[in-house]
Amino acid sequence: MSSTTHSSAQYIKIFYILLVLTIIEVAIVYLGLPKMLLAALLVSFAVWKAALVAMHFMHLKFEKRTLAVVALVPFVLCVFLILMLMPDIFPH
Amino acid sequence: MSEVAAAHLEVEPQESPLTPESWGKLGMWLFLAGDAMSFGCLIVGYGILRHASNNWPVPKDVLGINLTAFMTFLLIISSVWMVLALEAIQVNNKARFNKFLGLTILGGAMFLGCQAYEWTHLLGHRLPELGISFSSSLFASTFFILTGFHGMHVTGGVIYNTSVLAAVNRGRYQAKHVEIAGLYWHFVDLVWILIFTFVYLL
Repeated sequence: MSSTTHSSAQYIKIFYILLVLTIIEVAIVYLGLPKMLLAALLVSFAVWKAALVAMHFMHLKFEKRTLAVVALVPFVLCVFLILMLMPDIFPH
Repeated sequence: MSEVAAAHLEVEPQESPLTPESWGKLGMWLFLAGDAMSFGCLIVGYGILRHASNNWPVPKDVLGINLTAFMTFLLIISSVWMVLALEAIQVNNKARFNKFLGLTILGGAMFLGCQAYEWTHLLGHRLPELGISFSSSLFASTFFILTGFHGMHVTGGVIYNTSVLAAVNRGRYQAKHVEIAGLYWHFVDLVWILIFTFVYLL
């Protein structure tokens, strides 16, 4: 593990990005945007933040592919879960 | 400990193309993948109940967004302290490690304190004022299950990190153990980011 791939400065930078994204998220809730636009924005910000944490703090960006495959499995299964529940969500 | 068990602790199994850098790390990732499914099922279930319900309150009108935004901040900064602690122990800087892991634990404990305050306030004042009861409202029950399940993970993380801090100082744990504890802690942070968006903001 080399110190060039992830250093303190890099971590602090990620922290500021996460902080700014959180502030933007809270701010846009109070803006009174159309519901669908707000939902789309919030979900993209959340996924973006989660990806930053996984890639940098959990070092997924610097790991072997094996761990990335393990990490992807629950997302695939969740998408599958939603698809299987579609008939219940939209009964018509 | 038997000799066989001791030998297993020392010798890492043989390499294959799929062999990860560390078996402990792979084990934690597998656990987290399973745990992610638990949270995934709860969040998907929450989404379906909310979609099917026609009198779901707007969360930000019921819940305190400012307090939970602060709680998000606490978990994010304690994640940063955790990576700084790992970085310190990797270069064998014990004093810096103790400082940052101590701060990580403090951040987690403060998060739990805020959540205890939030729950007490909701159950004692806010929900009764709005006529929402814990047992008969889907909004309230999904809220308490999701945040409670996550709060239990934070409690576990605070205990886990505290025991890692003790074990490192007694010389029983090294940097690789701290890295594995870090994975768990960042996962708890990651899940909160999603819960904060889906349960509080949306």
